[in-house]
Amino acid sequence: MEAPIRAREALGFILFSLLFSICRSSSLNHLLISNAERRIDLSSHIVKVFLTLKVENAGSTPTSEVLLSFPPTQADHLATVEALVTKGKRKKTTLVRLDVKPTELPDAPNDAKYFTIYLANPLKSGESTTIEVLYLLTHSQEPFPAEIAQSESQLVYYRDSALILSPYHIKQQTTFIKTPSTKVESFTRVEPSNRAGTEIKYGPYEDHPPYSFSPILIHFENNSPFAVVEELVREVEISHWGNLQVTEQYTLVHAGARHKGVFSRVDYQSRPTLNGASSLRYLLARLPPRVHSVYYRDEIGNISSSHLRTDSRKSELEIEPRYPLFGGWKATFVIGYGLPLQDFLFETSDDRRYLNFTFGCPLLETVVDKLTVKVVLPEGSKDPSAVVPFPVEQHLETKYSYLDVVGRTVVVMEKKNLVPAHNSHFQVYYTFKPIFMLAEPLMLSSAFFLFFVACVAYLHIDLSIRK
Amino acid sequence: MAAPETSTAAVPTLYTNNTLRNAFGGVLSFFILLLIGVMAFSIRLFSVIKYESVIHEFDPYFNYRVTQFLAKNGIYEFWNWFDDRTWYPLGRVIGGTVYPGLTLTAGTIWWLLNSLNIPLSVETVCVFTAPIFSAFASWATYLLTKEVKGTGAGLTAAALLAMVPSYISRSVAGSYDNEAVAIFALIFTFYLYIKTLNTGSLFYATLNSISYFYMVCSWGGYTFIINLIPMHVLLCIVTGRFSSRLFIAYAPLVVLGTLLAALVPVVGFNAVMTSEHFASFLVFIIIHVVAFVYFIKGILSPKMFKVAVTLVVSVGLAVCCAVIAVLIALVASSPTKGWSGRSLSLLDPTYASKYIPIIASVSEHQPPTWPSYFMDINVLAFLVPAGIIACFLPLSDASSFVVLYIATSVYFSGVMVRLMLVLAPAACITSGIALSQAFDVFTGSIKFQLSGASSNTEVDAAETSSSTAESQTDAVKTEKPEETAKNRPSRKSKKKEREHGEKPSTKAKAEKKRLLALPLESSVISLLLLVLLGAFYVVHCVWAAAEAYSAPSIVLTSRSHDGLHVFDDFREAYAWLRHNTDVDDKVASWWDYGYQTTAMANRTVIVDNNTWNNTHIATVGTAMSSPERAAWEIFHSLDVKYVLVVFGGLVGYPSDDINKFLWMVRIGGGVFPHIKEPDYLRDGQYRIDSQATPTMLNCLMYKLSYYRFVETDGKGFDRVRQTEIGKKYFKLTHFEEAFTTHHWMVRIYKLKPPKNRIRGKTKKSKSKTSSTTSSPKRSGTKKKNPWQ
Repeated sequence: MEAPIRAREALGFILFSLLFSICRSSSLNHLLISNAERRIDLSSHIVKVFLTLKVENAGSTPTSEVLLSFPPTQADHLATVEALVTKGKRKKTTLVRLDVKPTELPDAPNDAKYFTIYLANPLKSGESTTIEVLYLLTHSQEPFPAEIAQSESQLVYYRDSALILSPYHIKQQTTFIKTPSTKVESFTRVEPSNRAGTEIKYGPYEDHPPYSFSPILIHFENNSPFAVVEELVREVEISHWGNLQVTEQYTLVHAGARHKGVFSRVDYQSRPTLNGASSLRYLLARLPPRVHSVYYRDEIGNISSSHLRTDSRKSELEIEPRYPLFGGWKATFVIGYGLPLQDFLFETSDDRRYLNFTFGCPLLETVVDKLTVKVVLPEGSKDPSAVVPFPVEQHLETKYSYLDVVGRTVVVMEKKNLVPAHNSHFQVYYTFKPIFMLAEPLMLSSAFFLFFVACVAYLHIDLSIRK
Repeated sequence: MAAPETSTAAVPTLYTNNTLRNAFGGVLSFFILLLIGVMAFSIRLFSVIKYESVIHEFDPYFNYRVTQFLAKNGIYEFWNWFDDRTWYPLGRVIGGTVYPGLTLTAGTIWWLLNSLNIPLSVETVCVFTAPIFSAFASWATYLLTKEVKGTGAGLTAAALLAMVPSYISRSVAGSYDNEAVAIFALIFTFYLYIKTLNTGSLFYATLNSISYFYMVCSWGGYTFIINLIPMHVLLCIVTGRFSSRLFIAYAPLVVLGTLLAALVPVVGFNAVMTSEHFASFLVFIIIHVVAFVYFIKGILSPKMFKVAVTLVVSVGLAVCCAVIAVLIALVASSPTKGWSGRSLSLLDPTYASKYIPIIASVSEHQPPTWPSYFMDINVLAFLVPAGIIACFLPLSDASSFVVLYIATSVYFSGVMVRLMLVLAPAACITSGIALSQAFDVFTGSIKFQLSGASSNTEVDAAETSSSTAESQTDAVKTEKPEETAKNRPSRKSKKKEREHGEKPSTKAKAEKKRLLALPLESSVISLLLLVLLGAFYVVHCVWAAAEAYSAPSIVLTSRSHDGLHVFDDFREAYAWLRHNTDVDDKVASWWDYGYQTTAMANRTVIVDNNTWNNTHIATVGTAMSSPERAAWEIFHSLDVKYVLVVFGGLVGYPSDDINKFLWMVRIGGGVFPHIKEPDYLRDGQYRIDSQATPTMLNCLMYKLSYYRFVETDGKGFDRVRQTEIGKKYFKLTHFEEAFTTHHWMVRIYKLKPPKNRIRGKTKKSKSKTSSTTSSPKRSGTKKKNPWQ
């Protein structure tokens, strides 16, 4: 298994080296990275990579764009890329977030994918700046063996490059990889590299040309449960009577090594650390403060194993699935809760209203493959528009709820491959006339009125044929 | 609904000084009825408040699943629904084998709500159908009792029925079963019958047939109606109470009702072919003969009539004998004499235990014990005799019906605990009559004594006012014939005659009552005692609703010193099956869990609670009582992938499969004689400890229940049987543990795949293996693999 991979990656490396000459002709080479440090955190199933780049403008023209490149396999699993730059001097440093946008380059070698970081101030010739980049990878740890029995622990592969893939020349670089435990079966050696405790260090490597690539493979133990929500539908329903009702439908799966053979409850209960170490026992959902009427159920009824802890700043809901999830096992459930509307609904100066709510999944340490957020606006709302800090697919729907006549406008937003870092706020703006709030009470009261009138009429009209 | 009608009906006929009083009474009784309905609904919500809004028990899950199908696919798909997820590989034609009343009712409610854009889920509608219909049932009780003994008795009976524990046990929120709507339909059908009997109106007769149709749609218990009403008609004829009203009440019901009943697929031609319905046809003939005789009597002179009678009787007897002989021959040709097993076990209580273990194995088909009467109808049991006596003073057509109803239902409830449900309305009606009559007497005498003590001059006024309550009943009675007289002038003279006959008697009775008025103290004390009795009843009912009958039985709770424990193992197992097995996997379990498995786990089952195929159930029973290898072969031949057993030994859950196991042996042994019950018993005792027989300790059920059980506490102490298990350490060779729930209440095993044949051995064991696995149809192995 391992040998062909090595061969393939080696081939890739050669190809990259060959392509190096082509890339020289591009207009990117006036930047160079004088120092790069990369820290890869493998302790959960979401791979966190912190990249510190010291970028130097060696060209003659000022530039404000810095490119990041990723191999295509990583780019598919890339959930988010953030870039920060430190501002101020010495102790008064503040971090400023920079714009990052995916970019297509026509002459990308080997389908490498690019992200452009837009600097706040153009980098003048000869100047240098330090950019902090954080990117998260999902589904990047491959369980090997792919099937484990109940008592075995979960081993995974992680594939990356010892050298940072970059369109720029890197003078000096180091990579630190943090594993969840000291149990590392094997790792590719690219000298100088060494392992100490839970950390593997690659480098420092000096003077590598653009698009240098040196594949590495780390085989290590990772018993953290691979909680993946295959599909999550969040429905946020605004009621101007003062409530915000949130309903979240989860399809949860344990994406780690598949469970093989028997599941023995007696082993699981008597030796919980040895048996089913990687099983998913509980999940923690972080909900907004002042949450009320929380429920946790699935299609066959309430699930009684949950605890809610609330304080003034946040609410934590600890939920256990009906059964512990082993690799490959699935569960579906629904979490619903109500929130006070004044915490989330605001008015703009031009008489529009907007909802300010978090986008992502409230479960901690969970990857969401597909998220659909539906904001159900009150009946009679007009001109909805959504502002989301990252690109999403949007469309409108109509939903009929309690006694609706024209239906409620639903703003639907869809996004794939989400991590907890996506839990940022989004806004939905709309206009609403308060008179619409009275529509349903008026309708009900008139219906009852008509009913009573009909009754009175029936009792006072003699319908008999014969007098 | 009903009260305004009565008030308006009462207004024109009564005198003006009473009009306001009656209007007030009408409004008051309307609000009382409304409150009774609210109470009937809300007393059944304990299960939702204490547990959750969830479908209960076993059968409701099937009804729920059918309703879901109906809501999703519509009525036409529903009639044609062939369910391939149950009774594998036979399947079941749901549309043709289910009483559709409940499903259609809930489906209609759901559809109506959704078309009004009230997006309630099917589950919510199903959960609350039963409480809604129990409110309807208490209103129907009011109507029925009002027809019999007046408004006061009606209101009392309605209040009693609203909270009678026997009915609550079948209609708490979530108990989504046929009985929930059927009891309403039953009472309402009786009401319309009595109404027709009292008015002679063909309109009500038609309504009665439609109501009977709804009852046929809802519950197999409709045969009770179609036997009780003929019995009553016969009683009326025998006691010389034949009238054209009786004819109108009965004849359209039989004709229209039978035609309508035959429309229900599950009944179909049974409506004319099974013995349950013969009584109605027989009485139908009799009532026509009687009507004819009365007609002839009217047009012939007495002398001519006598001659005609002798002529007709001699010819008629000969014809009747011939017809009866043919009928008897027809009926006798069928082994069960044309009766279904369940009906037969009603007539002969020992029948089921002798011949059909599958009916006898259901706990609700057992005869009830005395405490269960007290539990289920409480103080009503003492009030019923008083009510029966009240029905005889005076005996009318309607009250004779109530007497007959209570007499038969007492018998049926004595046979089957489940039919306590039929007794409950009857008991409520008679007790309502008794209570209301007693109140009348006591309050009447108190008023009389008080007014008598103050002054003699007001006696007359006091008398009229004091007797209003009691005369309300009389008023209804006396006004009724007038009403009919208004509607049907043809019958006027006859009615008036009867009325005149009655009026002096009631007057005389009022006189008598005044003379027989009880002393003040004793009537006050009796009144207090009655109120106390009623209070006791209310307390008991609320306790029963809150504690005894609200548990949904799929989720169990236990209270211990460190708080509430929830045992949600059933749903844990079903959820696991639903999400972690292939969608077409077959799951074998004892039939009790069939409905739940199909509804909650959405997996195909071999047998379920619709016990229509005894052989199939016996096959599963045989597999459970066979040793591992033989069981594996049976299950494998049925394409079973998982076997589910319920085991209560760890937490002390008594209704588990080990306790049901003897029924599996009996039912299995009934079809496959190589399973013999004595093999599982040591000296006639059923035990699982070290004294148990080797057959018991090696059967599949024992092994699946106790596999690795000893490792939990080191001894293998079974908390249900209160003993250490007999065989502690053993291995499974053909099954592997797939899932066990948190409290071990449900254990799911997977069948291991068949082993590859070893090449060298194929020739040697060819004859053997081929006969056991590949072609077991050949004669020799029939015993080993009974499925084939």
